[in-house]
Amino acid sequence: MMAAASSMEAEVAALRARYAAGRTRAAEWRAAQLRGLLRMATEMEAEVCHALHADLAKPHTESYVHEISLVKSSCKFAVKNLKKWMKPKKVPASLMTFPSTARVTAEPLGVVLVISAWNYPFLLSIDPIIGAIAAGNAVVLKPSEVAPATSSLLAELLPRYVDGACIKVVEGGIAETTALLDQMWDKIFYTGNGKVGRIVMASAVKHLTPVVLELGGKCPVVVDSNVDLHVAAKRIAAGKWGCNNGQACTAPDFIVTTKSFAPKLLEALEKVLEKFYGNDPLRSSDLSRIVNSNHFNRLKGLMDDQMVSDKIIFGGQRDERQLKIAPTIYLDVPLDSAIMKEEIFGPLLPIITVEKIHESFALINSMTKPLAAYLFTKDSNLQDQYETSISAGGMLVNDTSVHLTNQYLPFGGIGESGMGAYHGRFSFEAFSHKKAVLVRGFAGEAKARYPPYSPAKLKVLKGVLKGNLGVMIQAILGCPRGK
Amino acid sequence: MAPGLGAMGEKPAAATTTKHLCVGSMASGLREVYESGRTKDMEWRQSQLRGLIRLLTDKEEEIFDVLHEDLGKHRGESFRDELGILVKSVKYTLQNLKKWAAPEKAEAPLVAFPATAMVVPEPLGVVLIFSCWNLPLGLALEPLSGALAAGNAIVLKPSELAPSTAAFLAANLPKYLDSRAVKVVLGGPNVGEELMEHRWDKVLFTGSERVGRIIMTKAAKHLTPVALELGSKCSCIVDWLDGERDRQVAVNRIIGAKWSTCAGQACIAIDHILVEEKFAPILVELMKSTLKRFMAKPGGMARILNEKHFQRLSAYLEDTKVAASVVHGGCIDPKTLTIEPTILLNPPVDSDVMTEEIFGPILPIITVKKIEDSIAFLKSKPKPLAIYAFTTNESLKRRIVEETSSGSVTFNDAVVQYALESVPFGGVGHSGFGQYHGKYSFELFSNKKAVFKRSFLIEFMFRYPPWDDSKIGTLRHVFSYSYILLFLTLLGLRR
Repeated sequence: MMAAASSMEAEVAALRARYAAGRTRAAEWRAAQLRGLLRMATEMEAEVCHALHADLAKPHTESYVHEISLVKSSCKFAVKNLKKWMKPKKVPASLMTFPSTARVTAEPLGVVLVISAWNYPFLLSIDPIIGAIAAGNAVVLKPSEVAPATSSLLAELLPRYVDGACIKVVEGGIAETTALLDQMWDKIFYTGNGKVGRIVMASAVKHLTPVVLELGGKCPVVVDSNVDLHVAAKRIAAGKWGCNNGQACTAPDFIVTTKSFAPKLLEALEKVLEKFYGNDPLRSSDLSRIVNSNHFNRLKGLMDDQMVSDKIIFGGQRDERQLKIAPTIYLDVPLDSAIMKEEIFGPLLPIITVEKIHESFALINSMTKPLAAYLFTKDSNLQDQYETSISAGGMLVNDTSVHLTNQYLPFGGIGESGMGAYHGRFSFEAFSHKKAVLVRGFAGEAKARYPPYSPAKLKVLKGVLKGNLGVMIQAILGCPRGK
Repeated sequence: MAPGLGAMGEKPAAATTTKHLCVGSMASGLREVYESGRTKDMEWRQSQLRGLIRLLTDKEEEIFDVLHEDLGKHRGESFRDELGILVKSVKYTLQNLKKWAAPEKAEAPLVAFPATAMVVPEPLGVVLIFSCWNLPLGLALEPLSGALAAGNAIVLKPSELAPSTAAFLAANLPKYLDSRAVKVVLGGPNVGEELMEHRWDKVLFTGSERVGRIIMTKAAKHLTPVALELGSKCSCIVDWLDGERDRQVAVNRIIGAKWSTCAGQACIAIDHILVEEKFAPILVELMKSTLKRFMAKPGGMARILNEKHFQRLSAYLEDTKVAASVVHGGCIDPKTLTIEPTILLNPPVDSDVMTEEIFGPILPIITVKKIEDSIAFLKSKPKPLAIYAFTTNESLKRRIVEETSSGSVTFNDAVVQYALESVPFGGVGHSGFGQYHGKYSFELFSNKKAVFKRSFLIEFMFRYPPWDDSKIGTLRHVFSYSYILLFLTLLGLRR
């Protein structure tokens, strides 16, 4: 372990030296890396899908739609906008410092660490490093060991497609991650859960490293009666079970709807689920499996909880050997049950009913802020109220999950669901420092600035700071006279 | 009319002191106030900002008095560095608030049609601000104005090391602002620690690296996001300058940014100078004569804060090699805690005065053979809050910007970047993270919520399982935005 830690130190030091030599700064280098990643995602599609299937039994289509295509569009977007993002922005300089010019220039932070998660192991590894590279940093990527096939594929592929001297993959588990967190980083980007998020932030204190934490939460879905029910049911089902069988940070965690509408919603969901996965969902190849036995046992525990086991109204089938759990729906579980207190991260969907749909707001606000909050309704008043009453990283009306495919929207959490955001330009900014540059000349000297102070000087300063043009001109002309 | 102002006849809440502090109930009280929606209301925010401006104008004399009591600042300096800038800044925020708080439309891709995408700024909730003793008014009220503009409820903990200003804030903020949503908490480090045992929606800390680490460690337990404005050694490069006028202007500005800014006790004060050995004698002579003029009358320089800092600064001069490098000043008076403006020429680079942030009226000048050598010097040090350079050489300017990293760079002046609302103010690396001033203050205390609205119209069946190859093919067209191919596929004209 000691040898590993000191060799890691040496590796990071070497990265730092290459960064300091300016290797990652030029736009050409950055664009070349991004194109390399794009080529990798295109040429290695089959290999990536194969690894994702090994790790998660992820259906090919999900792998393509949710991981590969998002990586490709992210690369293309970054390449297209790179020059624009890199260009310094002129800003107004104050009349107070006349004559002067001011600009804000984006510079890389230096050497950054990206720690990825197991549920979208390809996307959540490459998407953040796209931002880090576009911003001109050297990068270390630590893929999740809980998705080992994807981790070793990334370790093998990245050096073939990008500059392996400045972009490194370090594989491993807790020991290796701890050793990495001990090194000096200019930024740490972590995707995962709140418990480890706290450990990452606490480790970051050592070198005063700023962090982005993309964490989880319970993403609520409020379903009004004023909806196109069939479409809503499909979109909810796609966002829940069509996303890694519920193992996604933006998957709908639970539904809130009115008592009167619940039966209709339930019927629509059952119909959709049968269409998607057939009569025997455990046999469907379109359903991901649970990632490992730890998580399977965790979900089993939630299902077998006495408080909720009699509230199950659909599904419940499971196969421990294959680590598969079928889409399962509960009705009105107690709010203090484990399934309503923890992030489910699996194919269990509680439906909570209320008398009036507005009661859902108080319920959601009593919980910690989620990464995403969903609402299905055609009522624009209800939409507005939801938007102003609920705080979340992101909000989506009449659909689930797709907002994260929009490169123009920041993607990140708030409160327990995280801090910082990325995607598109926000990725570039997450890994940049906005440096203010103010350029003055030697003209425009205002004696009133300097001691010895006097009431006359104070008067001039007041005029200048209030923006009084006449006083400013006087100041520039050298009033008050004398010292 | 926004509710809750003292002026409307309500009794303002008394400021809490350590004896009566119960952070838990204060925090939950503030959260209730926040959740009632009171602070989100645009009129409330505007009324608070106007209240701040009134406070700063009504109480101008008292402000000069407390700043003089705490730091011996002359009113000229107090106005220039704290009061005047604050008023300007809050007015700027008031003018731009509606624009900053408005939702921003974002593009939505055609495949999502019909859809609208927006980024909606919302307040974070209940935030905590720790301010520092050296600009005790500015470092408290500038972030406070940003937090108010963003619609938050606020706890302000001013530094106990500037007690008159802290007491002034505790007495007056409840009178001019909504005391139910803005609280001032007085006390020392133990109070700060107690505050940090709780969760906040954001913490802004201005102060030393040592305490910054404590704050961040405690924040990590609750996943409280933090912004740290820390100290650093701000370098000032002085290139060969031609002409008497340019030289005099440069020296004026250097002296202004060192001794005239809280006697050098400022995070953006010039810490030390780097100059070519040929130019050094010219620089030193001009600085001496200008210092004499500037400091002719008493009140030209603020006081050293207290005994502890006086000892710290005197200790720098006790190092024999450092003492031998004094070329101007060097006299200290323990009775009055005075250290006169002191210039050192080439003290050893490993001495304390060259490795620690000086934060005082001692200015080391380090000579280099060629001015370009100063860039290598800068690169070997931790990233500072500011780098200054007095030069007319465009290529040197470009190299400084491109090859060094710092919170900010200012050419041919110093400290003035603090007064500019259009540029972000904050550190990088060891000088901290998080930026404020102007719109950045608003954004520091906001959550940019992504809001994406779709309609039920236009439903693409190929989004859903059961999967097959033709669906995948269609999706490929969608994701490469091949709209024509997509259209043809939908019409059934292509597989």
